[in-house]
Amino acid sequence: MKPSTPLMESLLGERGTRIFLSVLVATAVLVPVLHLTFDAGSPLHLSSYTMTLIGKYMTYALLAVAVDLVWGYCGILSLGHAAFFALGGYAMGMYLMRQIGTRGVYADPILPDFMVFLNWKELPWFWQGFDMFWFAALMVILVPGLLALLFGWLAFRSRVTGVYLSIITQALTYALMLAFFRNDMGFGGNNGLTDFKDILGFGINQPGTRVGLFVASAIALGLGYLACRYITLSRAGRVVQAIRDAESRTRFIGYRVESYKLWVFTFSAVLAGIAGALYVPQVGIINPSEFQPINSIEVVIWVAVGGRGTLYGAVAGAVIVNYAKSYFTAAVPEFWLYALGALFVLVTLFLPRGVVGLADRFTPGSREPVPEAAKA
Amino acid sequence: MNASTALRQGWQKVFGTGARSERPIAPDTTHGTILYLEDITVSFDGFKALNALTLYVDAGELRCIIGPNGAGKTTMMDVITGKTRPDAGSAWFGQTIDLLTLTEPQIAEAGIGRKFQKPTVFEQHTVLENLELAAAGNKSIWATLFSPLTAVQRDRIDHVLETVRLQDRRDTRAGVLSHGQKQWLEIGMLLMQDAQMLLVDEPVAGMTPQEVERTAELLLSLEGQHSVVVVEHDMNFVRSIARKVTVLHEGHVLAEGTMDQVQNDAKVVEVYLGE
Repeated sequence: MKPSTPLMESLLGERGTRIFLSVLVATAVLVPVLHLTFDAGSPLHLSSYTMTLIGKYMTYALLAVAVDLVWGYCGILSLGHAAFFALGGYAMGMYLMRQIGTRGVYADPILPDFMVFLNWKELPWFWQGFDMFWFAALMVILVPGLLALLFGWLAFRSRVTGVYLSIITQALTYALMLAFFRNDMGFGGNNGLTDFKDILGFGINQPGTRVGLFVASAIALGLGYLACRYITLSRAGRVVQAIRDAESRTRFIGYRVESYKLWVFTFSAVLAGIAGALYVPQVGIINPSEFQPINSIEVVIWVAVGGRGTLYGAVAGAVIVNYAKSYFTAAVPEFWLYALGALFVLVTLFLPRGVVGLADRFTPGSREPVPEAAKA
Repeated sequence: MNASTALRQGWQKVFGTGARSERPIAPDTTHGTILYLEDITVSFDGFKALNALTLYVDAGELRCIIGPNGAGKTTMMDVITGKTRPDAGSAWFGQTIDLLTLTEPQIAEAGIGRKFQKPTVFEQHTVLENLELAAAGNKSIWATLFSPLTAVQRDRIDHVLETVRLQDRRDTRAGVLSHGQKQWLEIGMLLMQDAQMLLVDEPVAGMTPQEVERTAELLLSLEGQHSVVVVEHDMNFVRSIARKVTVLHEGHVLAEGTMDQVQNDAKVVEVYLGE
């Protein structure tokens, strides 16, 4: 990967970023190759399960990058980002539901099964248009984006900051969870949306489709990462970090702090929504438990474990914690939450800069420490 | 209207327009006065922090303000910068800009810069980045996201680095600068803002004698091009820089004149010796 322009040079002018992108590209190429070219019996074969798991981790990593942008760089400790992730997921889920058509249990050409079951006669207005992929894709961006815009506008304009903001983001995701649990909301109640068949005309369980979704997740993660990295390198990025370190001072030198926060928050919510939209077709289900307050807190733990304010640390944290989760919930399920709590406490006490901070400490010529003030 | 203009206009509706477009016109100082404070009263729970304060500052003047603790010096700065709204009175910047109708960032854009008592530079940013953040110009998200600094802004940064003598520190993180260097950096940031008027709160508190001397030189070098209002306790420092001194007491002006005049003023002697 040879930097060609000054822009590329500065985007890649950091070791952590170069390592991350190299690993990402290698994964995006190798995993599909190992999955498709080797037979199931071959020792080099990579199962569909493993590929989907890695794909899922990549969508989590994109969510973590989005949270790192608002928390690590702008100092907004959002404890509700999983809500934007879930909304993006629901938008995609609605498209997938409408692709089922007559193959559902009740074989209704228009209505998804749960609506037939609830004795609904017509498709509700907010389900219109979701039979078209472009419309669903637009909603994946617009729904989380507009909610974040409205929520952020109300919160930042009233100068709600710090722990109060964190609490209302928790309230936001909790309220959405309760709403989506209701059958009459029209999103499938506590069963959520599932039994997907096709995406863009391809069978959702076909190896080719799986590979496509996997590669799409890798591309989304790579582009999302680079967009965030561009933002943090721009003058706007330095303004955002100034807001994190000294908000009123930044206001005094003439920046509209509320506008910057609103913009970063909205952008980050859109990234979270895209991550959710890629997550749903790979795991095959979306239900209201994705809105659980604990989910958003877990994302913050990923970022803290990886090392906030670096972007690549967020990716590392998402992968490490989720791998640990996959392992623990299979081996000793009852201990997972204790392990997660202990991990958070240990990282906060002994690794304030996370795993990447630890790695930096053992490599000469590394970056300066991440700001104390970033501990929002 | 093509798509990119439409996109840009929509963006500006939501996230605000460029700072410059909203900037009030530069202060009109044709009468030689840049700041008019008249009958300003501020009370906090019945306590009058400012009591019908009237004060004028000339364009290009270096003015020192002294007074015992609680005299209202900080509250006066807060009123000028829009942090505190007075209960009564008027505050004009030049003859045309009514400070009481502007928000804090608008006042900063109009050309009033404030240096706080405690150095408040951005410690995680380098000296250069601090000056860049403060640089006058379009401060909208669109501009900071997509356009680099202009050549004029870069020249200005070099010039200011020289003025505050931090050229060899440009890539140092501001957090590791000495106390004096931080204060100078902050004055440099005010200069980057194109501040016509600088409000400087206790600039030499905690400085070494060499740093005090250097700060006096720096403030004197600004006289003429900028109006500077200095609040300071250090009488030797005030004597070394002041042309005109204003003494505040219990929220209003007790005396005004040269250092010698105010020091021999009977009321001033009473307030200071009576403490």
